[in-house]
Amino acid sequence: MRAARLRTSGFFWRHRWAKALLLLAPPLLAFALVYLAALVALFVSSFWTVDPFTTELKHIWNIDNYRTLWQSSAYRSIALRTIGIAAAVTLTDAVLAFPFGYFMARIASGRSRTFLFIAVLLPLWSSYLIRVYIWRLILNQDGVLNWFLGSVGLPPVHLAYTNWAVWIVFSYVWLPFMILPVFGALERIPHSYIEASRDLGASGWSTFRRVVLPLALPGVVAGSIFTFALTLGDYVTPLLAGGAGSQFIGNVVYESVGISNNVPFAAAFAAVPLAVMAVYLTIARRLGAFEAL
Amino acid sequence: MIRIKRAHVLIAALAAALCVPAAGVGAGNGLPSKIGKGEGQLNLVAWVGYAQPQWVKPFTKATGCAVHSKYAGSSDEMVTLMRSGGGSQYDMVSASGDASLRLIYGGDVQPVNVKLIPDWKRFIPQLKSPSHNTVKGQHYGVSLQWGPNTLLYNTKKVKPAPKSWSAIYDSKYKGKITVPDNPIQIADAALYLSKSQPSLGIKDPYELNQKQFDAAVALLKKQRPLIKKYWATAADQIDLFKNGEAVVGATWPYQTNTLRAAKVPVKDLIPREGATGWADTWMLSAKAKHPNCAYMWLKWISTPKVQAQQAIYFGETPANPLACPIMDQLAKGSAAQYHCGASAAYFRSIKFWKTPVADCGNGSKDCMDYTKWQQAWTQLKG
Repeated sequence: MRAARLRTSGFFWRHRWAKALLLLAPPLLAFALVYLAALVALFVSSFWTVDPFTTELKHIWNIDNYRTLWQSSAYRSIALRTIGIAAAVTLTDAVLAFPFGYFMARIASGRSRTFLFIAVLLPLWSSYLIRVYIWRLILNQDGVLNWFLGSVGLPPVHLAYTNWAVWIVFSYVWLPFMILPVFGALERIPHSYIEASRDLGASGWSTFRRVVLPLALPGVVAGSIFTFALTLGDYVTPLLAGGAGSQFIGNVVYESVGISNNVPFAAAFAAVPLAVMAVYLTIARRLGAFEAL
Repeated sequence: MIRIKRAHVLIAALAAALCVPAAGVGAGNGLPSKIGKGEGQLNLVAWVGYAQPQWVKPFTKATGCAVHSKYAGSSDEMVTLMRSGGGSQYDMVSASGDASLRLIYGGDVQPVNVKLIPDWKRFIPQLKSPSHNTVKGQHYGVSLQWGPNTLLYNTKKVKPAPKSWSAIYDSKYKGKITVPDNPIQIADAALYLSKSQPSLGIKDPYELNQKQFDAAVALLKKQRPLIKKYWATAADQIDLFKNGEAVVGATWPYQTNTLRAAKVPVKDLIPREGATGWADTWMLSAKAKHPNCAYMWLKWISTPKVQAQQAIYFGETPANPLACPIMDQLAKGSAAQYHCGASAAYFRSIKFWKTPVADCGNGSKDCMDYTKWQQAWTQLKG
């Protein structure tokens, strides 16, 4: 018994690959079965169709779904709106997160850093839905924002149920996902680099532009993967905070599956963000985002 | 070995065949002849307000069937829910006329024996065997309630009081209008056009040829910039009216009742062009796991008292006219308010939801089918 155990451990010591295989097999198998198989099934079903009256699935191979997507201006504008708002949210979060992350990483003392950490993470502990509904209360006609504007003598704004509201809510809910990688990247810059830059006569701005920013960029790109991908795939915020023209790709997918029972069309439209993300991740990899994760 | 296995399969199949129609097989037509013992559970797909504790609790107490309800926001969603999970997830659905035929022809629902529902005989004649739930003499469900889609407005903000559906197409209320997020809304536009542009020749708002359909969609496209939000759930619309984001819109009486109970200054009416409406049917899933509880529910929901309770709660008209005096007992004047026992002429004046099909009903087959309606609606919302 003991000998057998020794033999086994010896085998794994001699053959490192076997150990790696044993450790990684369960998650890899789950990944292959659950994730990749689902993706393949999604892709395959996007070439099927449904009966218009009974909405029963018909296994007839065709590319009608993709043709509809391409030809209809409505679906094009929905896709462009989704990608556009995702990009705007990413940009907004990057601009907001950078000074915040910089302060946390390089200026704040130990205790205030802990406090800031909690402040960033605390909203994540409450339900996503609650946070979206709270924004509805803030942005409403007679909500907190207009009450505030009125009390300082400014005219009210009509943000509720518009794409502006969608942009604001998204920027708020995904901000922590940008702050954390940016903070991580900034914290990893050795202080000596900045000192060297200053010693060699670079101004503060020049140091920031030529030393800090390039080294922090992978962190920003890593954060942008979260903000961009999360916005691209969301449908709850457009549904709750958006108005008459706020449909996202996710909303059309949700309605195709949950309301009109047209799974093939939903699968075809769901392939669009997949393709967008593939391109995005390729670019992100070039910019070194994966080293900063 | 193989022989034994076969015998096992045979026995299992026989047992299954005996077990499935647990309600007792009827004389040849496959319909149950009596209601068996309850299964202890009943899963419903319902419109919001259709499974309220005030009539569900006594039902559970009397029959032992625990009721689980899933609320749907549109007929399309109901059809999809009834098909989810292979069709056996839900036992019953409170389908409106634009879903019922799709469910019947899709094989998602099964015929029911109306003889087991004593109150069915007392229903108003139009709802005993209406074409939206009775096909070739087979009853696929039992009628429930009916009513109009109404025009809702804020009495403080909309003056003078609107009399026409033109209010929801009026740029005066830009950014203050809300209508249902539902392709069947095209019929509402068509109904308005049938009166405001008689030259289009719209007879039935669900049977539209290309030209009529395009006119209705064009009207809705013009309405689109005026819309604050297309409401998907009743709660959404209630919110919009409560916080003043919307002041006029198309609604169900349920929202009006809820808003008035919350002291929001609103009123609703049937405008002079008439209204679209619904006539709902409780239907039984083809693969229902709890058929006995389902039959008990059909019996229960058809009784005058429950009919009256639901009619008042939702603001609709019961199929059973014996409910009218009870409505007045529960809330004075409610029978007249919700047209209980109304004339056949009033019934005819409502254009009940039905599924648009290519067959126009007048020999020609050039009407826009429902897929076209759904596509037009998605593109319209953009």
